[in-house]
Amino acid sequence: MTQDESRTGRETREAAAERAAIAVRPDEFQHRSAGSSKEKVFELKGVDVLYGGVAAVKGISMDIHRKDVTALIGPSGCGKSTLLRCLNRMNDLIPSAEVQGELLYHGEDLYGPQVDPVQVRKLIGMVFQKPNPFPKSIYDNVAFGPRILGRKDNLDATVENALRGAALWDEVKDRLDDNAFGLSGGQQQRLCIARCIAVEPDTILMDEPCSALDPISTGKIEDLMIELKEEFSIVIVTHNMQQAARVSDRTAFLMVELDADEDNRWGRLVEYDETEKVFTNPSDPRTEDYVSGKVG
Amino acid sequence: MTGPGATAPRNRLAVAGARATTVAMLRNQPRRDVILNTLFAGMLLLAILIALAGLVALLVQAFVKGAPALSTDLFTNPPSTAFPEKAGFRPAIIGSLELIAGVILFVVPVGIGAAIYLEEYADKSKWWNRVIEVNIQNLAAVPSIIYGILGLAFIVRGPLDLGFILAAGSLTLALLVLPMVIIAAREAIRAVPDSIRQGSLALGATKWQTIRSQVLPASIPGIATGVILAVSRALGETAPLLLVGATVFVTFDPTPFGSDGYSAMPVQIFNYAVRPQEEFQTLAAAGIIVMLVVLLAMNSFAIWLRNRYEQRW
Repeated sequence: MTQDESRTGRETREAAAERAAIAVRPDEFQHRSAGSSKEKVFELKGVDVLYGGVAAVKGISMDIHRKDVTALIGPSGCGKSTLLRCLNRMNDLIPSAEVQGELLYHGEDLYGPQVDPVQVRKLIGMVFQKPNPFPKSIYDNVAFGPRILGRKDNLDATVENALRGAALWDEVKDRLDDNAFGLSGGQQQRLCIARCIAVEPDTILMDEPCSALDPISTGKIEDLMIELKEEFSIVIVTHNMQQAARVSDRTAFLMVELDADEDNRWGRLVEYDETEKVFTNPSDPRTEDYVSGKVG
Repeated sequence: MTGPGATAPRNRLAVAGARATTVAMLRNQPRRDVILNTLFAGMLLLAILIALAGLVALLVQAFVKGAPALSTDLFTNPPSTAFPEKAGFRPAIIGSLELIAGVILFVVPVGIGAAIYLEEYADKSKWWNRVIEVNIQNLAAVPSIIYGILGLAFIVRGPLDLGFILAAGSLTLALLVLPMVIIAAREAIRAVPDSIRQGSLALGATKWQTIRSQVLPASIPGIATGVILAVSRALGETAPLLLVGATVFVTFDPTPFGSDGYSAMPVQIFNYAVRPQEEFQTLAAAGIIVMLVVLLAMNSFAIWLRNRYEQRW
């Protein structure tokens, strides 16, 4: 009995080592991204994120392209939100968080000593999982960003454009002075998107933006994403594979990996490719298991 | 036993039995439970009646005794030892108003500032920040007479050396209620969810912009409530004022920095109440009515403000 157990333990360890070996294949990724003619927004080279010295994601290497919707999918705890929050330095708010490796934004080191996280967040906006409108009027919610940036000319036009951009204008144009808390959940989330685009960012990060919404609101936000990518690069974290399949151009699949003793777990990039390929003809069996619903 | 035909009547019997038991149980609440329930409810009611009785007795007593003296003279006339029928509270009322104005001027910026530091900037893993936190709680429980001694030693004399002026009294009262304001402001700031801060920071706002434009506006109702309650406490305090120069007998309108002395409502009431003449006692009761009305109005306003404007997240 004990012999059997120790053997299975060893096998798991071997399997884990094997999985780890499969997981990192940077050459292949570079080959794929070289095939794409699109400009790169983010280049990640061996990025690790640690919380209090413990890795949450390890060895992420991927390029994120301009005016694409890039989806990060994977099971809970695989570090997709952690990875997303690195991209606009929101992880800086957690004192114990640490980012290692190279993370380039338009070729600039995002974590370089001269880089101010506040400036980063002006260029790389974020929409959160739960709609988080400010307890102010609809107008003031959208105007907040431009105001703090000192762009106070034509504020009305900026607000209108942002609300139009978020497909919310027609629903709220007659009640701009009402409190944003009176909007429905889906409207609140579109307001948050409007608030984000009012700052005129270059990239929008979305952290499971539809997980708190009903299917109709979700559909509206998905349509919106497809419109928004005309102008912005979008990175979206989602646990909804259909959503990733519907809206994204490229999909990255992350998975939880355990160390030999199963004491520590971290996220690892398993596959990153054109969405169609990831969902129809994945090159990694684990991706196939996940997207076909066998695991996760 | 096994056939369906055999089990059906037995089932019916079992169901009927169970129902009968249930009905019996539902209808016959044990006598002991009834008595105990009534007893407990009665005791709880008694507890609240005792609490209310004090307030009611105070109000009735004050109104019965003070009603004859209630007139506008109370607000317009200075005190007098010779003519109790003409004596009023004018300098004391003005003194109290100036005192609390000073308290507000001092306590609002300092209290909110301290609360912002503790909630938004202090690193809780550092021991000195934890020491500060615990001690603010302790300060709120320090007896007011000790603040009076502090005011006398450090504000009236000592380092600040302001002398027995109204501003010194104001500053002493402000120190006394400052912990209350800090605690209330911290709670209001803490009630603002992190998602608001993150939403603001994600738009490229700096930490200070986030605090000023999002956190503070959202916590103003809670802070205002705390300030009003603190001011109403300051308004009713007597002991520290006696130590820092609220002279009992002032017949002129006090000024914040005048060195001729000042008075305040509770001090003046005390002064009238200890006099043997009936007229002065009536006057003291009338003063109590005025103070009670003002204090109850302020506290009610604080509660209304909290219920009306408190943000529900």
